[in-house]
Amino acid sequence: MNAMHYLRAFAGIVWREFLRFMQQRERFFAALVRPLIWLIIFAAGFRAALGISIIPPYETYITYDVYITPGLLAMIQLFQGMQSSLSMVYDREMGSMRVLLTTPLPRWFLLVARLFAGVMVSLFQVYAFLLVAYFFGVELPPLGYLAALPALILTGMMFGSLGMLLSSTIKQLENFAGIMNFVIFPMFFASSALYPLWKMREGSLWLYYLCLYNPFTWAVELIRFAFYLQINWQALGVVSACTLLFLALSVWAYDPSFGIQQRKVGAAASD
Amino acid sequence: MQKQARRDGSSPAPVLTVENVSYWYGAKRALDDVSFKVYPGRVTALLGPNGAGKSTLFSLITRLFDAPEGRIEICGKSAAELGAKALAPLGVVFQQPTLDLDLTVKQNLRYFAALRGLQRSDADKRMVAALEALDMAERMGERVRALNGGHRRRVEIARSLLHGPKLLLLDEPTIGLDHPTRRAIVRHVHELARRDNIGVLWATHLFDEVEPDDDLLVIDRGKIVARGTAKAVVAETGAKDLGGAFRLLIGGEAEEDAAA
Repeated sequence: MNAMHYLRAFAGIVWREFLRFMQQRERFFAALVRPLIWLIIFAAGFRAALGISIIPPYETYITYDVYITPGLLAMIQLFQGMQSSLSMVYDREMGSMRVLLTTPLPRWFLLVARLFAGVMVSLFQVYAFLLVAYFFGVELPPLGYLAALPALILTGMMFGSLGMLLSSTIKQLENFAGIMNFVIFPMFFASSALYPLWKMREGSLWLYYLCLYNPFTWAVELIRFAFYLQINWQALGVVSACTLLFLALSVWAYDPSFGIQQRKVGAAASD
Repeated sequence: MQKQARRDGSSPAPVLTVENVSYWYGAKRALDDVSFKVYPGRVTALLGPNGAGKSTLFSLITRLFDAPEGRIEICGKSAAELGAKALAPLGVVFQQPTLDLDLTVKQNLRYFAALRGLQRSDADKRMVAALEALDMAERMGERVRALNGGHRRRVEIARSLLHGPKLLLLDEPTIGLDHPTRRAIVRHVHELARRDNIGVLWATHLFDEVEPDDDLLVIDRGKIVARGTAKAVVAETGAKDLGGAFRLLIGGEAEEDAAA
Protein backbone atom coordinates (compact mmCIF):
# COMPACT_ATOMS: atom_id res chain seq x y z
CA MET A 1 0.00 0.00 0.00
CA ASN A 2 1.29 3.42 -0.91
CA ALA A 3 -0.03 6.91 -1.50
CA MET A 4 -1.11 5.96 -5.05
CA HIS A 5 -3.19 3.11 -3.68
CA TYR A 6 -5.01 5.51 -1.36
CA LEU A 7 -5.49 8.00 -4.18
CA ARG A 8 -6.83 5.41 -6.63
CA ALA A 9 -9.17 3.95 -4.04
CA PHE A 10 -10.41 7.42 -3.15
CA ALA A 11 -10.98 8.30 -6.80
CA GLY A 12 -12.73 4.97 -7.35
CA ILE A 13 -15.13 5.53 -4.46
CA VAL A 14 -15.99 9.08 -5.62
CA TRP A 15 -16.36 7.90 -9.23
CA ARG A 16 -18.76 5.13 -8.23
CA GLU A 17 -20.88 7.53 -6.17
CA PHE A 18 -21.15 9.89 -9.16
CA LEU A 19 -22.00 7.03 -11.52
CA ARG A 20 -24.79 5.94 -9.23
CA PHE A 21 -26.01 9.49 -8.84
CA MET A 22 -26.03 10.13 -12.60
CA GLN A 23 -28.00 6.94 -13.15
CA GLN A 24 -30.67 8.09 -10.75
CA ARG A 25 -31.85 11.21 -12.60
CA GLU A 26 -35.00 11.41 -10.55
CA ARG A 27 -32.79 11.81 -7.48
CA PHE A 28 -31.15 14.84 -9.05
CA PHE A 29 -34.47 16.42 -10.00
CA ALA A 30 -35.91 15.72 -6.56
CA ALA A 31 -32.87 17.36 -5.02
CA LEU A 32 -33.51 20.45 -7.15
CA VAL A 33 -37.29 20.59 -7.04
CA ARG A 34 -37.60 20.25 -3.26
CA PRO A 35 -35.74 23.47 -2.36
CA LEU A 36 -37.15 25.26 -5.40
CA ILE A 37 -40.66 24.69 -4.11
CA TRP A 38 -39.62 26.28 -0.83
CA LEU A 39 -37.97 29.14 -2.65
CA ILE A 40 -40.64 29.86 -5.21
CA ILE A 41 -43.86 29.07 -3.36
CA PHE A 42 -43.11 29.24 0.35
CA ALA A 43 -40.77 32.23 0.21
CA ALA A 44 -43.12 34.15 -2.07
CA GLY A 45 -45.89 33.89 0.49
CA PHE A 46 -43.69 34.72 3.42
CA ARG A 47 -41.97 37.63 1.72
CA ALA A 48 -44.93 39.83 2.48
CA ALA A 49 -45.74 38.41 5.90
CA LEU A 50 -42.29 38.25 7.44
CA GLY A 51 -39.97 41.21 7.69
CA ILE A 52 -36.27 40.51 8.14
CA SER A 53 -34.42 43.12 10.13
CA ILE A 54 -30.80 43.87 9.46
CA ILE A 55 -28.88 41.16 11.26
CA PRO A 56 -25.33 39.94 10.68
CA PRO A 57 -24.01 39.10 8.15
CA TYR A 58 -26.47 41.31 6.24
CA GLU A 59 -25.69 45.01 6.06
CA THR A 60 -28.92 46.04 4.46
CA TYR A 61 -32.47 44.78 4.14
CA ILE A 62 -32.69 41.60 2.16
CA THR A 63 -35.57 39.73 0.60
CA TYR A 64 -36.89 36.62 2.29
CA ASP A 65 -35.72 34.47 -0.65
CA VAL A 66 -32.16 35.56 -0.01
CA TYR A 67 -32.60 34.86 3.71
CA ILE A 68 -33.77 31.29 3.30
CA THR A 69 -31.29 30.33 0.57
CA PRO A 70 -28.53 29.17 2.99
CA GLY A 71 -31.12 27.11 4.85
CA LEU A 72 -32.23 25.50 1.60
CA LEU A 73 -28.63 24.73 0.69
CA ALA A 74 -28.19 23.03 4.07
CA MET A 75 -31.45 21.16 3.44
CA ILE A 76 -30.09 19.85 0.13
CA GLN A 77 -26.99 18.65 1.95
CA LEU A 78 -28.97 17.10 4.78
CA PHE A 79 -31.10 15.18 2.28
CA GLN A 80 -27.97 14.08 0.42
CA GLY A 81 -26.40 12.98 3.74
CA MET A 82 -29.47 10.88 4.49
CA GLN A 83 -29.58 9.59 0.90
CA SER A 84 -25.98 8.56 1.21
CA SER A 85 -26.67 6.71 4.43
CA LEU A 86 -29.68 5.06 2.79
CA SER A 87 -27.34 3.94 0.06
CA MET A 88 -24.99 2.51 2.71
CA VAL A 89 -27.83 0.55 4.28
CA TYR A 90 -28.82 -0.64 0.81
CA ASP A 91 -25.22 -1.63 0.04
CA ARG A 92 -25.06 -3.50 3.31
CA GLU A 93 -28.27 -5.37 2.59
CA MET A 94 -27.26 -6.06 -1.02
CA GLY A 95 -23.80 -7.15 0.07
CA SER A 96 -21.71 -4.64 -1.88
CA MET A 97 -20.60 -3.00 1.37
CA ARG A 98 -18.52 -6.14 1.99
CA VAL A 99 -16.40 -5.37 -1.07
CA LEU A 100 -15.55 -1.99 0.42
CA LEU A 101 -14.94 -3.25 3.95
CA THR A 102 -12.60 -6.06 2.84
CA THR A 103 -10.34 -3.64 0.98
CA PRO A 104 -6.81 -3.65 2.42
CA LEU A 105 -7.03 -0.03 3.50
CA PRO A 106 -7.86 1.33 6.95
CA ARG A 107 -11.58 1.37 7.57
CA TRP A 108 -11.57 4.99 8.71
CA PHE A 109 -10.10 5.95 5.32
CA LEU A 110 -12.74 3.99 3.42
CA LEU A 111 -15.52 5.61 5.43
CA VAL A 112 -14.09 9.11 5.03
CA ALA A 113 -13.67 8.52 1.28
CA ARG A 114 -17.26 7.35 1.05
CA LEU A 115 -18.33 10.37 3.07
CA PHE A 116 -16.41 12.74 0.84
CA ALA A 117 -17.92 11.14 -2.27
CA GLY A 118 -21.36 12.00 -0.89
CA VAL A 119 -20.22 15.58 -0.18
CA MET A 120 -19.04 15.97 -3.79
CA VAL A 121 -22.45 14.88 -5.02
CA SER A 122 -24.14 17.32 -2.62
CA LEU A 123 -21.95 20.19 -3.90
CA PHE A 124 -23.03 19.41 -7.44
CA GLN A 125 -26.66 19.66 -6.31
CA VAL A 126 -26.05 22.83 -4.31
CA TYR A 127 -24.46 24.73 -7.19
CA ALA A 128 -27.10 23.51 -9.63
CA PHE A 129 -29.73 24.88 -7.24
CA LEU A 130 -27.88 28.19 -6.89
CA LEU A 131 -27.81 28.53 -10.67
CA VAL A 132 -31.55 27.98 -10.95
CA ALA A 133 -32.19 30.25 -7.95
CA TYR A 134 -30.17 32.98 -9.66
CA PHE A 135 -32.62 32.96 -12.55
CA PHE A 136 -35.43 33.32 -10.00
CA GLY A 137 -33.80 36.47 -8.71
CA VAL A 138 -31.73 35.22 -5.79
CA GLU A 139 -28.50 37.13 -6.15
CA LEU A 140 -25.76 36.63 -3.62
CA PRO A 141 -22.38 38.40 -3.52
CA PRO A 142 -20.43 37.07 -6.53
CA LEU A 143 -17.37 36.13 -4.48
CA GLY A 144 -19.64 34.44 -1.96
CA TYR A 145 -20.25 31.58 -4.37
CA LEU A 146 -16.59 30.69 -4.06
CA ALA A 147 -16.12 31.70 -0.42
CA ALA A 148 -18.99 29.45 0.64
CA LEU A 149 -17.35 26.36 -0.86
CA PRO A 150 -15.23 25.41 2.21
CA ALA A 151 -18.24 25.99 4.46
CA LEU A 152 -20.39 23.80 2.22
CA ILE A 153 -17.76 21.05 2.27
CA LEU A 154 -17.68 21.13 6.06
CA THR A 155 -21.46 21.18 6.47
CA GLY A 156 -21.73 18.39 3.88
CA MET A 157 -19.26 16.37 5.94
CA MET A 158 -21.29 16.96 9.09
CA PHE A 159 -24.57 15.81 7.52
CA GLY A 160 -22.84 12.93 5.77
CA SER A 161 -21.21 11.69 8.97
CA LEU A 162 -24.54 12.00 10.77
CA GLY A 163 -26.10 9.88 8.02
CA MET A 164 -23.26 7.38 8.25
CA LEU A 165 -23.77 7.10 11.99
CA LEU A 166 -27.48 6.52 11.45
CA SER A 167 -26.76 3.90 8.79
CA SER A 168 -24.74 1.94 11.35
CA THR A 169 -27.69 1.80 13.72
CA ILE A 170 -30.41 0.95 11.21
CA LYS A 171 -31.04 -2.75 10.88
CA GLN A 172 -33.24 -2.81 7.81
CA LEU A 173 -33.86 -0.67 4.79
CA GLU A 174 -37.57 -0.49 5.60
CA ASN A 175 -36.85 1.34 8.85
CA PHE A 176 -35.06 4.09 7.07
CA ALA A 177 -37.98 6.22 5.87
CA GLY A 178 -39.15 6.69 9.46
CA ILE A 179 -35.67 7.66 10.59
CA MET A 180 -35.32 10.14 7.72
CA ASN A 181 -38.55 11.90 8.63
CA PHE A 182 -37.61 11.82 12.28
CA VAL A 183 -34.25 13.47 11.59
CA ILE A 184 -34.71 15.74 8.57
CA PHE A 185 -37.86 17.65 9.36
CA PRO A 186 -37.25 18.44 13.05
CA MET A 187 -33.70 19.50 12.21
CA PHE A 188 -34.85 21.74 9.40
CA PHE A 189 -37.81 23.37 11.12
CA ALA A 190 -36.17 23.82 14.52
CA SER A 191 -33.37 25.93 13.13
CA SER A 192 -32.59 29.35 11.76
CA ALA A 193 -33.23 28.15 8.20
CA LEU A 194 -36.68 29.71 7.89
CA TYR A 195 -36.69 32.42 10.57
CA PRO A 196 -33.91 34.29 12.37
CA LEU A 197 -33.28 33.15 15.94
CA TRP A 198 -34.43 36.44 17.43
CA LYS A 199 -37.79 35.93 15.76
CA MET A 200 -37.92 32.43 17.21
CA ARG A 201 -37.16 33.83 20.68
CA GLU A 202 -40.07 36.22 20.42
CA GLY A 203 -42.38 33.35 19.61
CA SER A 204 -41.22 30.73 22.08
CA LEU A 205 -38.27 30.62 24.45
CA TRP A 206 -37.98 26.84 24.60
CA LEU A 207 -38.10 26.63 20.81
CA TYR A 208 -35.36 29.22 20.68
CA TYR A 209 -33.15 27.05 22.89
CA LEU A 210 -34.01 24.00 20.82
CA CYS A 211 -32.85 25.85 17.70
CA LEU A 212 -29.74 27.01 19.51
CA TYR A 213 -28.71 23.44 20.31
CA ASN A 214 -29.53 22.15 16.83
CA PRO A 215 -26.36 21.62 14.73
CA PHE A 216 -28.41 22.40 11.61
CA THR A 217 -28.78 26.01 12.82
CA TRP A 218 -25.02 26.37 12.95
CA ALA A 219 -24.55 24.78 9.56
CA VAL A 220 -26.99 27.31 8.10
CA GLU A 221 -25.24 30.19 9.84
CA LEU A 222 -21.81 29.02 8.69
CA ILE A 223 -23.02 28.96 5.08
CA ARG A 224 -24.89 32.27 5.45
CA PHE A 225 -21.85 34.12 6.78
CA ALA A 226 -19.51 32.50 4.24
CA PHE A 227 -21.60 33.88 1.37
CA TYR A 228 -20.90 37.35 2.75
CA LEU A 229 -17.19 36.62 3.05
CA GLN A 230 -17.34 36.33 6.83
CA ILE A 231 -16.62 33.55 9.26
CA ASN A 232 -19.06 32.82 12.04
CA TRP A 233 -16.57 31.33 14.48
CA GLN A 234 -19.17 29.89 16.78
CA ALA A 235 -20.84 28.14 13.86
CA LEU A 236 -17.48 26.92 12.61
CA GLY A 237 -16.67 25.50 16.07
CA VAL A 238 -20.02 23.75 16.47
CA VAL A 239 -20.05 22.29 12.94
CA SER A 240 -16.42 21.11 13.21
CA ALA A 241 -17.00 19.54 16.62
CA CYS A 242 -20.21 17.79 15.47
CA THR A 243 -18.49 16.52 12.32
CA LEU A 244 -15.64 15.04 14.37
CA LEU A 245 -18.02 13.53 16.89
CA PHE A 246 -20.34 11.94 14.29
CA LEU A 247 -17.39 10.71 12.26
CA ALA A 248 -15.60 9.21 15.28
CA LEU A 249 -18.79 7.41 16.33
CA SER A 250 -19.31 6.13 12.76
CA VAL A 251 -15.75 4.79 12.55
CA TRP A 252 -16.26 3.14 15.92
CA ALA A 253 -19.58 1.67 14.80
CA TYR A 254 -17.99 0.20 11.67
CA ASP A 255 -14.81 -1.00 13.42
CA PRO A 256 -14.44 -4.78 13.23
CA SER A 257 -13.27 -5.03 16.85
CA PHE A 258 -15.67 -2.82 18.74
CA GLY A 259 -18.53 -1.50 16.71
CA ILE A 260 -22.18 -2.31 16.66
CA GLN A 261 -21.74 -3.44 13.05
CA GLN A 262 -20.14 -6.58 14.43
CA ARG A 263 -23.38 -7.75 15.93
CA LYS A 264 -25.33 -6.82 12.81
CA VAL A 265 -23.01 -8.45 10.27
CA GLY A 266 -22.75 -11.35 12.65
CA ALA A 267 -26.47 -11.81 12.69
CA ALA A 268 -26.47 -11.84 8.89
CA ALA A 269 -23.61 -14.34 8.77
CA SER A 270 -24.94 -16.83 11.23
CA ASP A 271 -24.45 -19.68 8.77
CA MET B 1 -3.65 -32.63 5.24
CA GLN B 2 -1.99 -33.12 1.93
CA LYS B 3 0.44 -30.45 0.90
CA GLN B 4 2.09 -29.65 -2.36
CA ALA B 5 5.73 -30.67 -1.93
CA ARG B 6 8.52 -28.41 -3.07
CA ARG B 7 11.49 -29.72 -5.02
CA ASP B 8 13.64 -29.63 -1.88
CA GLY B 9 11.03 -31.74 -0.10
CA SER B 10 9.90 -29.03 2.32
CA SER B 11 6.25 -28.00 2.61
CA PRO B 12 5.23 -24.64 1.21
CA ALA B 13 4.17 -22.01 3.70
CA PRO B 14 0.40 -21.93 4.21
CA VAL B 15 -1.51 -19.01 2.68
CA LEU B 16 -4.08 -19.23 5.45
CA THR B 17 -3.61 -20.30 9.04
CA VAL B 18 -6.56 -20.49 11.40
CA GLU B 19 -5.59 -21.39 14.95
CA ASN B 20 -7.93 -22.09 17.85
CA VAL B 21 -10.60 -19.66 16.66
CA SER B 22 -13.83 -19.52 18.65
CA TYR B 23 -16.74 -17.16 18.23
CA TRP B 24 -20.05 -16.53 19.97
CA TYR B 25 -23.24 -14.73 19.04
CA GLY B 26 -24.32 -13.80 22.53
CA ALA B 27 -24.56 -17.09 24.39
CA LYS B 28 -24.61 -19.17 21.20
CA ARG B 29 -21.24 -20.61 20.21
CA ALA B 30 -20.83 -20.34 16.43
CA LEU B 31 -17.23 -21.57 16.17
CA ASP B 32 -15.51 -23.83 18.65
CA ASP B 33 -11.71 -23.96 18.67
CA VAL B 34 -11.35 -24.17 14.89
CA SER B 35 -7.85 -24.75 13.49
CA PHE B 36 -6.68 -25.52 9.94
CA LYS B 37 -4.33 -24.41 7.18
CA VAL B 38 -4.75 -23.76 3.47
CA TYR B 39 -1.78 -24.30 1.17
CA PRO B 40 -0.89 -22.72 -2.17
CA GLY B 41 -2.03 -24.65 -5.23
CA ARG B 42 -4.58 -26.62 -3.19
CA VAL B 43 -8.34 -26.45 -2.97
CA THR B 44 -9.59 -26.92 0.57
CA ALA B 45 -13.29 -27.68 0.78
CA LEU B 46 -15.09 -26.58 3.92
CA LEU B 47 -18.07 -28.88 3.93
CA GLY B 48 -20.88 -28.41 6.39
CA PRO B 49 -24.64 -28.10 6.64
CA ASN B 50 -26.41 -24.75 6.80
CA GLY B 51 -25.72 -23.06 10.11
CA ALA B 52 -22.48 -24.98 10.71
CA GLY B 53 -20.42 -21.79 11.01
CA LYS B 54 -18.95 -21.50 7.50
CA SER B 55 -20.02 -17.92 6.83
CA THR B 56 -19.03 -16.84 10.32
CA LEU B 57 -15.57 -18.22 9.67
CA PHE B 58 -15.41 -16.30 6.38
CA SER B 59 -16.49 -13.09 8.10
CA LEU B 60 -13.65 -13.53 10.59
CA ILE B 61 -11.05 -14.32 7.91
CA THR B 62 -12.11 -11.30 5.85
CA ARG B 63 -12.12 -9.18 9.01
CA LEU B 64 -15.71 -8.06 8.65
CA PHE B 65 -15.39 -8.53 12.37
CA ASP B 66 -12.53 -9.61 14.58
CA ALA B 67 -12.06 -12.98 16.19
CA PRO B 68 -12.01 -12.45 19.96
CA GLU B 69 -10.27 -15.81 20.45
CA GLY B 70 -7.61 -17.49 18.36
CA ARG B 71 -5.38 -16.35 15.54
CA ILE B 72 -5.88 -15.92 11.81
CA GLU B 73 -2.93 -15.34 9.45
CA ILE B 74 -3.08 -14.64 5.74
CA CYS B 75 0.26 -15.39 4.09
CA GLY B 76 1.88 -15.28 7.53
CA LYS B 77 0.38 -11.94 8.50
CA SER B 78 -2.24 -11.48 11.16
CA ALA B 79 -5.05 -9.04 10.39
CA ALA B 80 -5.59 -8.46 14.11
CA GLU B 81 -2.00 -7.17 14.35
CA LEU B 82 -1.44 -5.67 10.92
CA GLY B 83 -4.96 -4.36 10.32
CA ALA B 84 -6.57 -4.24 6.89
CA LYS B 85 -3.17 -4.47 5.15
CA ALA B 86 -3.15 -8.19 5.86
CA LEU B 87 -6.11 -8.59 3.48
CA ALA B 88 -4.03 -7.59 0.43
CA PRO B 89 -3.35 -11.17 -0.84
CA LEU B 90 -6.99 -12.15 -0.40
CA GLY B 91 -9.69 -12.59 -3.04
CA VAL B 92 -13.25 -13.26 -1.87
CA VAL B 93 -16.53 -14.36 -3.36
CA PHE B 94 -19.20 -14.01 -0.70
CA GLN B 95 -22.29 -16.16 -0.49
CA GLN B 96 -24.42 -13.05 -0.86
CA PRO B 97 -24.01 -11.38 -4.28
CA THR B 98 -21.94 -8.21 -3.93
CA LEU B 99 -22.03 -6.69 -7.41
CA ASP B 100 -23.61 -3.30 -7.95
CA LEU B 101 -26.62 -4.13 -10.09
CA ASP B 102 -26.92 -0.67 -11.64
CA LEU B 103 -23.34 -0.58 -12.89
CA THR B 104 -21.97 -2.46 -15.88
CA VAL B 105 -19.64 -5.42 -15.49
CA LYS B 106 -16.73 -3.21 -16.50
CA GLN B 107 -17.66 -0.46 -14.03
CA ASN B 108 -17.96 -2.98 -11.22
CA LEU B 109 -14.55 -4.43 -11.98
CA ARG B 110 -12.95 -1.02 -12.39
CA TYR B 111 -14.33 0.03 -9.01
CA PHE B 112 -12.84 -3.06 -7.40
CA ALA B 113 -9.52 -2.50 -9.20
CA ALA B 114 -9.40 1.06 -7.87
CA LEU B 115 -10.02 -0.18 -4.33
CA ARG B 116 -7.10 -2.55 -4.79
CA GLY B 117 -4.91 0.30 -6.05
CA LEU B 118 -4.50 -1.02 -9.60
CA GLN B 119 -3.58 1.39 -12.37
CA ARG B 120 -6.43 1.85 -14.88
CA SER B 121 -4.56 0.45 -17.92
CA ASP B 122 -3.26 -2.53 -15.93
CA ALA B 123 -6.71 -3.11 -14.45
CA ASP B 124 -8.31 -3.12 -17.90
CA LYS B 125 -5.85 -5.74 -19.19
CA ARG B 126 -6.43 -7.96 -16.17
CA MET B 127 -10.15 -7.47 -16.46
CA VAL B 128 -10.24 -8.68 -20.07
CA ALA B 129 -8.05 -11.68 -19.22
CA ALA B 130 -10.14 -12.67 -16.17
CA LEU B 131 -13.44 -12.27 -18.02
CA GLU B 132 -12.17 -14.11 -21.10
CA ALA B 133 -11.19 -17.07 -18.94
CA LEU B 134 -14.78 -17.25 -17.76
CA ASP B 135 -16.34 -16.58 -21.19
CA MET B 136 -17.69 -13.26 -20.00
CA ALA B 137 -15.58 -10.77 -21.96
CA GLU B 138 -18.41 -10.05 -24.40
CA ARG B 139 -20.75 -9.06 -21.58
CA MET B 140 -18.38 -6.42 -20.22
CA GLY B 141 -20.54 -3.47 -21.24
CA GLU B 142 -23.78 -4.91 -19.87
CA ARG B 143 -25.40 -3.87 -16.65
CA VAL B 144 -25.16 -6.55 -14.00
CA ARG B 145 -28.92 -6.39 -13.55
CA ALA B 146 -29.29 -7.82 -17.06
CA LEU B 147 -27.15 -10.90 -16.30
CA ASN B 148 -28.44 -14.21 -15.02
CA GLY B 149 -27.29 -15.73 -11.72
CA GLY B 150 -24.57 -17.88 -13.27
CA HIS B 151 -23.07 -14.99 -15.20
CA ARG B 152 -23.11 -12.76 -12.13
CA ARG B 153 -21.22 -15.43 -10.22
CA ARG B 154 -18.63 -15.65 -13.00
CA VAL B 155 -18.18 -11.89 -12.84
CA GLU B 156 -17.69 -12.10 -9.08
CA ILE B 157 -15.05 -14.78 -9.52
CA ALA B 158 -13.31 -12.72 -12.22
CA ARG B 159 -13.39 -9.71 -9.92
CA SER B 160 -11.92 -11.64 -7.00
CA LEU B 161 -8.92 -12.57 -9.20
CA LEU B 162 -8.15 -9.11 -10.63
CA HIS B 163 -5.41 -8.26 -8.15
CA GLY B 164 -3.70 -11.66 -8.37
CA PRO B 165 -4.63 -13.03 -4.93
CA LYS B 166 -2.64 -15.77 -3.23
CA LEU B 167 -5.66 -16.93 -1.26
CA LEU B 168 -9.15 -17.22 -2.71
CA LEU B 169 -12.16 -17.58 -0.41
CA LEU B 170 -15.38 -18.83 -1.97
CA ASP B 171 -18.41 -18.94 0.27
CA GLU B 172 -20.95 -21.22 -1.43
CA PRO B 173 -20.30 -19.52 -4.77
CA THR B 174 -22.54 -21.85 -6.76
CA ILE B 175 -25.64 -21.51 -4.64
CA GLY B 176 -28.77 -21.33 -6.80
CA LEU B 177 -26.95 -22.23 -10.02
CA ASP B 178 -27.80 -25.09 -12.38
CA HIS B 179 -25.62 -28.19 -12.50
CA PRO B 180 -23.64 -27.46 -15.70
CA THR B 181 -22.80 -23.95 -14.48
CA ARG B 182 -21.75 -25.31 -11.11
CA ARG B 183 -19.49 -27.89 -12.76
CA ALA B 184 -17.92 -25.23 -14.98
CA ILE B 185 -17.13 -23.03 -11.97
CA VAL B 186 -15.74 -25.96 -9.98
CA ARG B 187 -13.47 -26.92 -12.90
CA HIS B 188 -12.30 -23.36 -13.42
CA VAL B 189 -11.40 -22.82 -9.78
CA HIS B 190 -9.47 -26.10 -9.58
CA GLU B 191 -7.58 -25.18 -12.72
CA LEU B 192 -6.81 -21.73 -11.30
CA ALA B 193 -5.47 -23.19 -8.09
CA ARG B 194 -3.13 -25.53 -10.00
CA ARG B 195 -2.07 -23.08 -12.70
CA ASP B 196 -1.59 -19.93 -10.59
CA ASN B 197 -0.64 -21.68 -7.35
CA ILE B 198 -3.51 -20.06 -5.47
CA GLY B 199 -4.72 -21.51 -2.19
CA VAL B 200 -8.52 -21.87 -2.27
CA LEU B 201 -10.91 -22.23 0.64
CA TRP B 202 -14.26 -23.31 -0.76
CA ALA B 203 -17.22 -23.41 1.60
CA THR B 204 -20.02 -25.64 0.38
CA HIS B 205 -22.72 -28.04 1.43
CA LEU B 206 -22.75 -29.80 -1.96
CA PHE B 207 -20.72 -33.03 -2.11
CA ASP B 208 -20.22 -33.03 -5.86
CA GLU B 209 -18.21 -29.82 -5.65
CA VAL B 210 -15.46 -31.66 -3.77
CA GLU B 211 -12.84 -33.51 -5.83
CA PRO B 212 -11.27 -36.68 -4.35
CA ASP B 213 -7.84 -35.04 -4.06
CA ASP B 214 -9.09 -31.83 -2.46
CA ASP B 215 -8.24 -31.15 1.14
CA LEU B 216 -11.41 -31.48 3.12
CA LEU B 217 -12.64 -29.98 6.38
CA VAL B 218 -16.00 -31.16 7.64
CA ILE B 219 -17.57 -28.62 9.97
CA ASP B 220 -20.62 -29.18 12.13
CA ARG B 221 -22.05 -26.94 14.85
CA GLY B 222 -18.93 -24.79 14.74
CA LYS B 223 -16.47 -27.69 15.15
CA ILE B 224 -14.17 -29.34 12.64
CA VAL B 225 -15.20 -32.99 12.87
CA ALA B 226 -13.02 -34.46 10.10
CA ARG B 227 -10.02 -33.43 8.03
CA GLY B 228 -7.73 -34.88 5.35
CA THR B 229 -8.03 -35.35 1.61
CA ALA B 230 -11.60 -36.08 0.56
CA LYS B 231 -10.76 -39.63 -0.46
CA ALA B 232 -8.94 -40.24 2.84
CA VAL B 233 -11.95 -39.00 4.84
CA VAL B 234 -14.24 -41.31 2.85
CA ALA B 235 -11.87 -44.23 3.42
CA GLU B 236 -11.58 -43.52 7.16
CA THR B 237 -15.32 -43.55 7.66
CA GLY B 238 -15.73 -46.72 5.57
CA ALA B 239 -18.49 -45.07 3.55
CA LYS B 240 -19.11 -45.61 -0.16
CA ASP B 241 -18.82 -41.99 -1.11
CA LEU B 242 -18.47 -38.51 0.33
CA GLY B 243 -22.20 -38.18 0.91
CA GLY B 244 -22.19 -41.32 3.00
CA ALA B 245 -19.11 -40.22 4.91
CA PHE B 246 -20.69 -36.84 5.58
CA ARG B 247 -23.86 -38.40 6.96
CA LEU B 248 -21.85 -40.71 9.18
CA LEU B 249 -19.77 -37.82 10.47
CA ILE B 250 -22.49 -35.38 11.32
CA GLY B 251 -25.54 -37.56 11.77
CA GLY B 252 -28.80 -37.98 9.90
CA GLU B 253 -29.96 -34.42 10.30
CA ALA B 254 -27.50 -33.34 7.63
CA GLU B 255 -29.20 -35.39 4.96
CA GLU B 256 -31.71 -32.72 4.12
CA ASP B 257 -29.27 -29.87 4.24
CA ALA B 258 -26.52 -31.31 2.17
CA ALA B 259 -27.21 -32.44 -1.34
CA ALA B 260 -25.25 -34.31 -3.91
